[in-house]
Amino acid sequence: MSVKDLVDRYCRVDKLPHIWCPGCGNGIIMGAVIRALDKTDFDQDKTVIVSGIGCSSRAPGYMNFDTLHTTHGRALAYATGVKFARPDLNVVVLTGDGDCSAIGGNHLIHAARRNIDLTVVVFNNSIYGMTGGQFSPLTPAHSYASTAPYGSIDRNFDLCKLVQAAGGTYVARSTAYHARQLVNLIATGLNHKGFAFIEVVTQCPMYYGRRNKFPSPVDMLKWQQEHAVPVKAAAKLSPEQMAGKFLIGELHREEAPEYTAVYETDVIAKARGDIN
Amino acid sequence: MNSEPARIELNEKWCKGCGICIAFCPAKVLVAREDGKPLVENPEACTRCGLCELRCPDLAISVGGKQHGGKN
Repeated sequence: MSVKDLVDRYCRVDKLPHIWCPGCGNGIIMGAVIRALDKTDFDQDKTVIVSGIGCSSRAPGYMNFDTLHTTHGRALAYATGVKFARPDLNVVVLTGDGDCSAIGGNHLIHAARRNIDLTVVVFNNSIYGMTGGQFSPLTPAHSYASTAPYGSIDRNFDLCKLVQAAGGTYVARSTAYHARQLVNLIATGLNHKGFAFIEVVTQCPMYYGRRNKFPSPVDMLKWQQEHAVPVKAAAKLSPEQMAGKFLIGELHREEAPEYTAVYETDVIAKARGDIN
Repeated sequence: MNSEPARIELNEKWCKGCGICIAFCPAKVLVAREDGKPLVENPEACTRCGLCELRCPDLAISVGGKQHGGKN
């Protein structure tokens, strides 16, 4: 499908151009989500896109689906409600690193634990962009933020490991640079029956890039290109060679009972008296 | 590959001139104008890989023709 056809079909064209800064990765990820949805068989009218608060959470406003722009950190709570009430709907969550891992961190681990059939795309730009560049739990240690003028001393989360440990059944990571891989990983996540989590390492040229010696968005994409290592390639590298690098690709996939399906068989059916 | 050069179109109103499409075009089809937006200087070299489309944060660039190939 051409870009124009994609935009006409899946975007609210009257809301475009979007307000994101020049070179911001949010638009690349939004485009990847749209392309991934186009690759799957889900009905556009039965797909709900839910977001929280932050730059990335503005994405659903540009997308021509049933959308919910909710409160800070609570995208997964709202999405859980939607999916629980209407398991027939395809529910996608778009969230940022701050939204998802700080104020929304508890929702994240419990949504993963339940293995509810949601697809979560985290726009990890390493910073709270909307509010002026405060560090988030995913800001790399020792990098600079408006609230860390001497560098952040906090160790950053590996959110993919966290979600896998909490019980998420599909876990993947990509970058804005690896946009083609990203589309495929999101599409696989959409088709996965269970909690699908895709972290996207992306760029905030204004509030992260300027403070951390990235003169332009292009430099930030080059950094992603140089520091992302595909899972297969990483298997041949020593821990020393992997130092400072991060994994991309499908990191984990397993089959496990899905929450709304179990609710139907183990609660609703019993309540109806179908089974004891 | 189509013998006809690709028709690369830019949505001037949406493009913010970030330079990503120019920097990462594998075939060096694009150059920067004074305002930072891309100028299609070398359309014959375009392989229609579509990476400029995929990486454009503003959904502002499109490559005419259906044939897409290439890898990340």
